Order: sequence, then C-alpha cells, then structure tokens
Amino acid sequence: MAASSKPKQNKKNNKKSQDDRYEIRLSGSGGQGLILAGVILAEAIGVGDGKNVVQTQSYGPEARGGASRADLVISDGEIYYPKSMKLDLLLALTQEACDTYYPDMKERGLLVVDSNMVTQIPTKNYYGFPFSRLAREEIGHVMVANVIAMGAIAELTGIVSMASIKEAVLSRAPKGTEEKNSRALELGAKVARAAKK
Amino acid sequence: MNSKNSKARLLQGNEACMLGALYAGVEFFGGYPITPSTEIAEGMAREMPKRGGKFIQMEDEIASMAAIIGASNAGCKSMTATSGPGFSLMQENLGYAYMTETPCVVINVQRGGPSTGLPTKIGQGDTMQARWGTHGDYTSITVAPSSVEGCFYETVRAFNLAERFRTPIIVLLDEVLGHMREMMVIPEEGEIEVMKRHRPDVPSEWYRHFEITPSLVSPMASFGQGYRYNVSGLTHDQDGFPTAKPKEILDKLNKLRNKIVRYSDEIVKLRTEKMEDAHIAVFSYGTVARTAFQAVKMARERRIKVGAIQPLTIWPFPDEQLRDMLKNVRKVIVAELNMGQLVHEIRRIAPRHTEVIPLQRYDGNVMTPSEIFDKIREVVK
Repeated sequence: MAASSKPKQNKKNNKKSQDDRYEIRLSGSGGQGLILAGVILAEAIGVGDGKNVVQTQSYGPEARGGASRADLVISDGEIYYPKSMKLDLLLALTQEACDTYYPDMKERGLLVVDSNMVTQIPTKNYYGFPFSRLAREEIGHVMVANVIAMGAIAELTGIVSMASIKEAVLSRAPKGTEEKNSRALELGAKVARAAKK
Repeated sequence: MNSKNSKARLLQGNEACMLGALYAGVEFFGGYPITPSTEIAEGMAREMPKRGGKFIQMEDEIASMAAIIGASNAGCKSMTATSGPGFSLMQENLGYAYMTETPCVVINVQRGGPSTGLPTKIGQGDTMQARWGTHGDYTSITVAPSSVEGCFYETVRAFNLAERFRTPIIVLLDEVLGHMREMMVIPEEGEIEVMKRHRPDVPSEWYRHFEITPSLVSPMASFGQGYRYNVSGLTHDQDGFPTAKPKEILDKLNKLRNKIVRYSDEIVKLRTEKMEDAHIAVFSYGTVARTAFQAVKMARERRIKVGAIQPLTIWPFPDEQLRDMLKNVRKVIVAELNMGQLVHEIRRIAPRHTEVIPLQRYDGNVMTPSEIFDKIREVVK
C-alpha cells in the first residue's frame, strides 16, 4: 500500500548531522494539523525522550489554506538558531510544500510525502504513503492524517520513541478520540515498517 | 542532553511570559488579544480566575492600557500584552503611566509593520518605539529575551523593575520567539526574587505621592488606603498637583530620567559569546541574537575571531558596557529585522576605530545564520 522506492538510509548517519543538529520540517497547507503535529513531536522528544528540542512554526493569516509548516531542531547541545538550516527530514503533504522545501534538504535527507497529494517527486530517494486516504478509509477520519504521518516518521527515523510519541499524542487528543488516534499512530508505523522491508 | 526531568516542560515563549507574570505575582491583566501575542491573554483568561486575579478583555488597547494603570494605582501588579498595532494605541496612556510613575508591564510581541502589517511574521520595527513611543521627554526601560526560558525570567525581571523604579516596563518579544516552543523548568517559589511594592510608612498627612526621595523612587500608596493624593498627567509637584513653576517642572522631569539612569548598572543585562579575543562583533537582540550565535559558531570553526553581543536590556541602552566591549573590536555588525534602528545607537557609542556595519532584513522572515556568516566573511577581508 505504500508505493515507494527504498531510500538508502543509514539511521546513524541520519541522526548525527554536522553541528549535532537533527532538523525536521512538517509542511503542507493550513488546517492539516501540521503545527499541532510539530508540537506533539517536540513534546515526545523533549518531555518523553529527554532531548533538547526547539519547535517553531510558520503560517499565514488564514484559518485554512495557505502554506503552513512546523520546524523542529533536535540537538545534544544548546540550540542557537531555532529554525532549520538543512533538513534531515522533510514531510510534505502538498505538492507545493514539496516543491518549496525540497531544496532545503540535506543530500542524504529523508523525504516523506503524501503519495496522493504529491505526484511529482524531485527524487527517487523518498517514502510515499497515502496519509489522507489512509486516514479517511482505514480510520474513518481525515483529520488523523497528521497522526498517521507521525507514526510513520517515528518508525522510519527512530528520532522519537514509539512510547513517547504515543503518550504525547494521547495527552493532546480530545476526549473520545483516543482510540482513533492510537490506531492512526499504529497504522503509520505499520505502513512504514512494510515500506522499509 | 537533558537528563529525563519530569519537571521540564515544553512551553511556548508566550506561555512562558504568562507563567513568569504569575510567578511575579500579577493580579490584573487587561488586554485585547492580537496575533502573535494572543496566547498570553488566553493563558491569563484561564489562570487568573483560579488565583483570585482579574482578567478583563477590554474594548481596545487604549482602554487596556488605561485599565492596567488604574489597577496598578489600586495596588495590583498589572500587565497587558499586545503587538505592533495595539502597542501604537497604548502609547498615549503609556505616557500617562511614565508621568504618574505607575508600575506596570507591557509585553509587545513584535510582528511586521507598519500598520496591520504582517500579523504572523517576525519584525523588530518597534525597537525605537519602545524607547520613544509616547510624546515628551522620558526615560524608559525595555527588556528583550531570546529563548522560552528567557521569556519567563525577563517577565519576572520586568515586574521587579516596575516595582523597583515605579515605572512601566516594556518586554519586547518577536513573533518567532512568542510562538517558539522549548523545554524549560519553572523555578520553585522563592527560587528567584520577587519584589514587592515600596509602600509608605508615614502618617497619611505626611505622605507625598511623588516625593523626591534620596533614591528618587517614591513609596506608593494605593487608592482607598487612607492616603490623600492627586494623580495627573499634567506636570505636577510632589503632591501630584499641576505646576508651572520652572523649578518644580525640572525636578519632576529630572526625577523621571535620573531614577533610571542613575541605576542603569542594575538594569543593564548583556550576554556575550566568544568576545574575549574577537576583532569582529555581531550585535543583535531577540531571535536574531540566536542566529548570530550560530553564525559565530560557524565562523569560529573557520578560525575567524568573531564574537557576539546580545543586549537583554535594550533601554536604557548599555552605552558604557558596550564601549568597553568594543575597545578591541575593529568591526561591529549590527543585525536587525528592520531598516536600521539600533545601528544608530551603536554608531553613537562606537569607539572611533570601530567600523559599524549594518545588516538588515525586513521581509517578514528571520535572518539566517548564513546571512550573518557571509557578512562576517565579507568584512574579515
């Protein structure tokens, strides 16, 4: 179900970049829950896993639509510049986001896209998953596409532990949606695992 | 790496300001929510009622400023939070607070301007407005953090300075900092000093609301506590009544200036990075200071002797301290997210042998480390 070629990723290389910074950008359009995903991911990494993390965001004045993104910088040392310089990981949920931010990636960076939304991919070295379709069809709610993406990211990179991301997701999930969010996270991890093989 | 600390929380700059204000004992918040400062008002609306404090959403920023002045005169530690357009509306009443020596804290989370400008984008266009925003001659205190933790500590410091000097304090943030999330541990109660207002201890008939004391800061009685005094924006004598006598006018205006200038050593706060042997310095505040630290790190890896200076107190401008720091510096790059504001202050105080090089960006984005690094490489030649 996850159509993708298999990037040659060395997890260790991926984690330790120059300057000890690991940089992530979650990008798409306003309303896709990317800034919330950034906050949850930062909470999992910072509070759960006990690492230094800075999360910033960029969005337009619109409530929905417009370009939206969240940046995370993870480091063992003090984080000076709070935004990304060269991305280790780019999640792009729209074609526009992919086009705009792909040039900001490191040469060996990891690109993850929504394969239904991003059809023109500038590299062979990527993972594609139909996040929104999975959310709609498998979970029954398009709004959990961001949670599925987080599950996939956790599985692909190991930058955050599954336990921490789950705790962070559930602590932010509105009452009554815990089960859907848990399933979404596990689904993300599952499709990522299958793609890695 | 932090050890797994259950007390460390992921907080936003705006949330840290709100928590810092609560730590400092804020009792009254009057405001009108505006991006990118909204989370401060939201947090206050949630937290104040739990603690017996008051949160009022006013009809606009003019009224917000008036409300916190009234609350402060009634004895409450009070504050508001806003962004550029609201900060402009507050200026007239802010002048009233300076003139009536009313302690309060005004947080301005800067966005792009002028006018409605760029609500969700960063700017540092209000740097001079924080100094000279209201009319007439006065001296102001402005502090400016650059991290989430700094937002907490500088807000506590702002409240302390407000009480210590009986004057409004401006806290300048920027959009990136206000919305940024980082890990921080909230200090325990009592861990950092929280100043109380200096109240009069004389019989009411001896009390003078604007008394020129040896320290220049007058004790402050609250409304309704049995002390009789007049509060007026008109230039006044020590009892608060309007005066046209040149001596009394001078006494008042000199007091407004000297009660701050005389203690500038107490107020000034700077952070430096690698300045010990630096021939080149980068001067910047707020989020840009973090860009500068990153650029300095990059340049040091290439053995360029460069350092960074970050003022955490912008006003009063740290003249003496900077003159000293720039003694051995040949070139100072002043990096700002505006068309050049603090660069004029640096030009004013820079030693003759120090060349001042402006570096500006005002397209709504934060300056990148490579922009500053490229400038360093350009000027090192």
